[in-house]
Amino acid sequence: MKSSNTRKMIYKEYATFIFLFVIVLYFSVFAGGFLTVSNVMNVLRQVSIIGICSVGMMMVILTGGIDLSAGSIIGVTGTLTAYLVVKMDMNLYLAVMIGILTAAFIGIINGIFVTIISVPPLITTLATMTGCRGICYIITGGISIFGFPKNFAVLGQGYLWIIPIPVICMIIFYLIGYILLTKRPYGTYLYSIGGNAEAARLCGINVNRTLIITYLLSGLFAGIAGIVLLSRVNTGPATLGSGYEMDIITSVVLGGVSVSGGEGKLKGVICGVLIMGILSNGLLIMGISEYYQMVVKCFVLLLAVGMDKNVGKVRRKKQKA
Amino acid sequence: MGECILKMEHITQQFPGVLALDNVDFELKKGEIHALVGENGAGKSTLMKILTGVNKPNSGKITMNGIAYGQLDIEKSKKLGINMIYQELNLIPQLKIYENIFLGKEPVKNGRINKKEMRIRAGEMIESLGIQMNVEDKITDLTMAYKQMVEIARALLDDPKILIMDEPTGPLTSEEVSVLFRTMRVLKKRGVSIIYISHRLEEIFEVCDICTVFRDGKHIKTVAVDQTDTDELIRLMVGRSLENQYPPRLRSPENAKNILEVKHLTNHKIRDISFVLKEGEILGIGGLVGAGRTETLRAIFGCDPCQGTFCKYGREIRIHSPEDAIKEGIVLATEDRKGQGLLLNLSVSDNIVLPVIKKLKKRLFIDRSSIAKQVQSYIEKLNIKTPSQKQTVSLLSGGNQQKVIVSRWLLAKASIILFDEPTRGIDVGAKFEIYTLMNELKDSGKSIIMVSSDMPELMGMSDRIIVMSEGRITGELTCPEEFSQEDILKKASVS
Repeated sequence: MKSSNTRKMIYKEYATFIFLFVIVLYFSVFAGGFLTVSNVMNVLRQVSIIGICSVGMMMVILTGGIDLSAGSIIGVTGTLTAYLVVKMDMNLYLAVMIGILTAAFIGIINGIFVTIISVPPLITTLATMTGCRGICYIITGGISIFGFPKNFAVLGQGYLWIIPIPVICMIIFYLIGYILLTKRPYGTYLYSIGGNAEAARLCGINVNRTLIITYLLSGLFAGIAGIVLLSRVNTGPATLGSGYEMDIITSVVLGGVSVSGGEGKLKGVICGVLIMGILSNGLLIMGISEYYQMVVKCFVLLLAVGMDKNVGKVRRKKQKA
Repeated sequence: MGECILKMEHITQQFPGVLALDNVDFELKKGEIHALVGENGAGKSTLMKILTGVNKPNSGKITMNGIAYGQLDIEKSKKLGINMIYQELNLIPQLKIYENIFLGKEPVKNGRINKKEMRIRAGEMIESLGIQMNVEDKITDLTMAYKQMVEIARALLDDPKILIMDEPTGPLTSEEVSVLFRTMRVLKKRGVSIIYISHRLEEIFEVCDICTVFRDGKHIKTVAVDQTDTDELIRLMVGRSLENQYPPRLRSPENAKNILEVKHLTNHKIRDISFVLKEGEILGIGGLVGAGRTETLRAIFGCDPCQGTFCKYGREIRIHSPEDAIKEGIVLATEDRKGQGLLLNLSVSDNIVLPVIKKLKKRLFIDRSSIAKQVQSYIEKLNIKTPSQKQTVSLLSGGNQQKVIVSRWLLAKASIILFDEPTRGIDVGAKFEIYTLMNELKDSGKSIIMVSSDMPELMGMSDRIIVMSEGRITGELTCPEEFSQEDILKKASVS
């Protein structure tokens, strides 16, 4: 009994890595120019926005919750900052600060509704997602904002040696995530609340406070990602970040984080993010259109989670009636 | 008693690394109440899993109704009339009692579920068990004892030939246990055979006809209940004789101060609860299920809001949350270990340090080496059987899980430990270890409040007993030599 449990745990840990390895191998062979330095940097830069958000999303999902508003928070932060800089001529750094604080504030609102007002996370963040997207349209009036100062583009388009700055940001956030999850009590609290919130409360953990902080962080990280994205595309459309939450959640779940909470490792999430990015990139190089990519990603997610749930299950022989 | 209806012969079950059943035989007669006893890991549950078709044995045969089977599956087992009532109940909390009883077997009339028939038959079922329940109530509103009754009613619906009961009396008190036994005798008259798994030996002598002892996966002995006694059974189960079931009671220190004073505790389940707890004593709380004992402990621990005051060593303290209670050194080992006590997805180490992990830091980060050392010392001190600190705690046995919880609270420097049913679901050998542990805690100056539905345990371990009934304290017994079951029951039944 025990050894099959261990086997199952080993599969869970390494399934994602194996899958990553397999698709890297596949595309190295079948997609010309896949394994070049410039393409690798390309992939990494493509996933950096999702990557930064995936840290916050992972923490939320660990507690058994979800944050559907991530994409819309990217939008609000981006469009608000854009508006302040371009239309109100505000100092760049001040505008960025205000944008990020707004993102954190939306996160806190999510947290309060989930904990104190007891609205389920799915509903709360669904509402915030719609509301914030509406705010993006209000801020922009439906017209993309453009005309940023030259130095702003450095963040999203610049390089440190050969590494794009957004990738550096992503790496920094993964480090922050690693520290929070493994080196601070906060991480253990997340796994506890996700495993059994009532038992966690009976151990003296302030569950509400921890959850509010988690949603705050998810919002905050999305906000920062929004600034990086804004700088990369150099325009602030109302649709900034639209739909990103689906890719973020898919990456996190692909990485082995259980949607019921209490289970999952950061290195798995990093894998999940990379897999999503590599799939898009590889398929694109092979000339497969974006529409097919969406279908492929759907299969990948089902396959990965399906394997995760079913590997290690004892096969029951069907008895003839 | 009638003829043999079930014969299990030479049953062997091998799991990776452990031989769970070693060439075991088991026979059951019609209308017989057959006890199956043994320590945790002895093989009782494994044998039952084979009988209910959940597991397939490696070898052996099962003969029923004259037909021999090499293995059973769940469907076939049910068809043969084998039905099991599990320790962990399989009820849907949001549904009503009658809906749960008929779950999966709803009577259909004209293509629609016949709720009228369901209600009537459910009512009859409950009545035949001798209890009062409104079949329209939802399961979430019931206490453990009544949930169990629903589970039994549900099993009876299949008109079983063999009913397997796994530790059914855990959450029941003496009153309810009598009702259960009455029902079992009714079933016996109807010709139903019952396999009764329990750690409570006194119950076996009360209601069972015959008893089989397992140890380490082997069938040790089958003996008629009236031809044996507790000592022999324990000796057969454990392989050695236990002098007493309870360690000798240590005398509480003279002139002990009042470490805790509870005054006028009131919430919607309890009323005007006031008592004191002396340093270094074990205060037992007795009473029937529903009397408010668990609610009292939860109020003291800050789980549930309440009115009233608390004083520690005469100084008033505020407890509004478990966090507050833990800061004052008051901790709770819950009745439902798996549901409320343990984080089943975390390791032994995480479970032990969780309440105090924020204090175990070196500079900014968690001090893993210090944690490892401290956890290891508790594993050794309390003799917790686990392959490693990192082992997921759900894989430990009940007794070891309880020790993990005690370690947790010792690490948190608790001075007042509230135990709610400390040995529920724990086998004889491990129980003694827990009792010895409680005595050691007492000896080192800790104070314990213990809620127990196990009368012998309550009387064997407490220095003083307060009795509750319907949310109030109805009596106090201060002299251990004069503790009596009748006295406690009388006070527990006052309305």
